[in-house]
Amino acid sequence: MFLDFFYLLRAKGLQVSLNEWLSLVEALDKGLIGSSLTEFYHLCRSILIKSETEYDKFDQIFAEYFQGIKSPEDLPADFWDWLNNDVKLRDINDKTVLDKFQAELEELLKRFQERMEEQKERHDGGNYWIGTGGTSTMGHSGYNPAGIRVGSEGRHKTAVQVAGERKFKDFRQDNVLNIRQFQMAFRKLRQYSARIESAKTELDIDATIDETCNNAGMLRLVYDKPRKNTIKLLILFDSDGSMTAYSTLCNRLFQAVSKSSHFKDLKVYYFHNCVYDHLFTTPYCRKGDWVDTEWVLSNLNSEYKVIFVGDGTMSPSELTMKGGNATIGLFNNETGMQWLNKFKKKYNKVIWLNPILKIDWEHVYGGHTLLMIGEIFNMFELTLDGLEAGIKKLLVK
Amino acid sequence: MTDKLKKFKGSEDYVVTQELMNAVNVAIALQKPLLIKGEPGTGKTMLAESISEALNMKLLIWNIKSTTKAQEGLYVYDTVQRLYDSQFGEGDVSNIKKYIKLGTLGESFTSDEQVVLLIDEIDKADLEFPNDLLWELDKMEFYVTETKETIKTKTRPIVIITSNAEKELPDAFLRRCIFHYIEFPTREKMEEIVNVHFDCINENLLNQAMDAFYKIRDMRDIQKKPSTSELLDWLQALMLSGIAVERIIEEIPYAGVLLKKNQDIDAMYEIKEKGYSLKRW
Repeated sequence: MFLDFFYLLRAKGLQVSLNEWLSLVEALDKGLIGSSLTEFYHLCRSILIKSETEYDKFDQIFAEYFQGIKSPEDLPADFWDWLNNDVKLRDINDKTVLDKFQAELEELLKRFQERMEEQKERHDGGNYWIGTGGTSTMGHSGYNPAGIRVGSEGRHKTAVQVAGERKFKDFRQDNVLNIRQFQMAFRKLRQYSARIESAKTELDIDATIDETCNNAGMLRLVYDKPRKNTIKLLILFDSDGSMTAYSTLCNRLFQAVSKSSHFKDLKVYYFHNCVYDHLFTTPYCRKGDWVDTEWVLSNLNSEYKVIFVGDGTMSPSELTMKGGNATIGLFNNETGMQWLNKFKKKYNKVIWLNPILKIDWEHVYGGHTLLMIGEIFNMFELTLDGLEAGIKKLLVK
Repeated sequence: MTDKLKKFKGSEDYVVTQELMNAVNVAIALQKPLLIKGEPGTGKTMLAESISEALNMKLLIWNIKSTTKAQEGLYVYDTVQRLYDSQFGEGDVSNIKKYIKLGTLGESFTSDEQVVLLIDEIDKADLEFPNDLLWELDKMEFYVTETKETIKTKTRPIVIITSNAEKELPDAFLRRCIFHYIEFPTREKMEEIVNVHFDCINENLLNQAMDAFYKIRDMRDIQKKPSTSELLDWLQALMLSGIAVERIIEEIPYAGVLLKKNQDIDAMYEIKEKGYSLKRW
C-alpha cells in the first residue's frame, strides 16, 4: 500500500526507515485515521518525520504524491494570499477507504483547476468560489491548499523560531557532517579540574580506604568535589561575503558549539573577512552591533582557547594595509595582520578552521591571504578529521 | 477506532489541537513513545498531566538533568547503605533485593495499572543518554544484574518525552518515537487557552493585552520571546492591578512578567518609542 510514497520520500532525501514505514502500516491496520485525509496526513507526519525542519519537505512530497501537483509554488501567488487566512479543515466524512482517495482527488483537482482559471479575486464565506470559511464544494479540493497550508504554517513557524540565527539556517540534508557529529567532536574539548567551587558529592575511594583503615576497619566515607570541565572557548566566525557558500557547514558548527553545555564559558563573535577594531555580535555584521576588539582582548584572559572559523580568502590589502577593512565606511589604523598577531600574542591556544578543503588551499582564489594567515595560526580544514586534529592542538599542554 | 483502545480527547484545562490529539492517540495505539518538541511555554509538560487526567491514569515524572544517567531511571543498587548495615549489623544484609531501589522508569514498568510516564527535557542529559535507553523503551524490560532478575512491564506505560532541542537526539532513538512539534498557538487558539484558565476576563482587556503580546513577540531584537505561561501570568497581574485598559498598549505595565532579561525589556521600550533598537547583547 502506497509503497511508491515510501520510495518517493526516500528518493527526496527523507531518511524514512522500514521500521517507521511498518509502524505506519500497523497504524492504518488498526484504523487509526478515522475519516479524514487531514488525519491521514498528520498520521504520516507524526510517524515518519522526526524533526520540524523536515515538515516543509514532507508537505511538498505529500502534496506531490497525493495531489499530483508538482510543488505548491505552481499555484499563482494570489491564490495563496486568498487562502492564507482562516482556512477551515474539512472532514471528508463519507470517504473512509484510502484507496479511493486518489481517484477522488484527481477529479477534485481537475475541478479545482478549472475553478482556478475562472476565479479572478478573493472570496470568503461563499459557496462556489475557492475561498476561506465557505461551504463551496471546493471544500474538498480546499483540502489541497488547506493541507499544504497546515504544513506551511510549520514552515513559517520554523522561520520564526530561528529568526536570530536565520542566516546560518539551512534545511539541506545532503551534507555528510551533521550537528551530532560535531558535538561528539567537541566533547573531546575537555580539561578536568577539581579546583572548582562546588559541593563535595563524589565518593573518594582512595581516601575512604585510608580513612577506614585508620579507623580500625570501621567504615568512614570521604567525599570529594566532582571534577569539572574548565575549558573556556572564544569562537570567531567569518560571516557574509565569500562565507555564504559554507553557511550550511558553519551553521552546524555553530549549533553544535552553542548546544554544547560542557564548556565553562563560551563567547561567540563574528567578523567580516578579517578581524579589525570591532567584533560583531550578530552574523549580520551590522555597524553598531559590535564590541571593541580591544575590550575582548583585555577582558577574556589568556586561558581562553580561540577558534577562528573562516575561509581566509580576501584581497591582500585587507591583511596588509591600513584602511584595508572591507566594510564600507570603516577605517583601520592597524592592519589586519597586526590585529591577528594581537590575538596570537594574547592567547596561547588558537586554531583557524577553514571550510575550504586543505588540498585546495594553494590553488583557490584568494589562496595567497589564506596561506598568510596559515603562517600565523595553525590552520585546519573544517571536516570532522580537521576539527579533531584542531581540538587536539588546543589541548596540548 | 476500536472501543478497547483508549482515546485522548484533551482535558478541561488543556486546549489541544487536532494534530496533537491524533499524535497522542497514535502513540498510545502503537505503544511507542511520543516525542514532543516545541518552543518553551507551549505546554509540552502540561500535555502529560492532561493525558493522565483525561485517561484517569497515574502520572510518573522523570525529570532529566544534565547529570542524569540512564541507569538511575531503571534502578539504583545502594551499596553504601548495604555496607553500613553490615558494619552496624542492622537488617538482613544477605537480601540484596532490599538495596535495589527502582527508578522512575522501573516504577512505571512494575506498576499494576497502566501509567503515564513523562520523561521531561530529555535533551538536558548527556549526548549518549537516549541511546542508553533504546532497549528499555523498545522492549519495556530490563535486567537487574545484582539479583539476576528481568523486570518486565505488566502493562506498557504511555511514554511522553519532551525536548527543548538543546541537543540533537540520535537517529536510532528518533526512529522508535512518534514525533510531534507543537507550534506556537495562533491568536484564536491563544484566546481559547486564556479562556480555559480565566473564568471571566474582560474582553477589552484581553484584546489589548493580546495585541501587545503578539506585537512584542514580533520584535526581532528580543532574544527570549514571551510564551503562553508568561502571557497567563501577565494577564493575572493586569487583572489584579486593575490598570486602565487603554494604558496597556501604551505603557506595557509589568513588563518584567513578560520579559525575563533586562536587555529585552530595554530593547522593547526602545522599539516601542523609536521603532528600532540598537541595544543588543
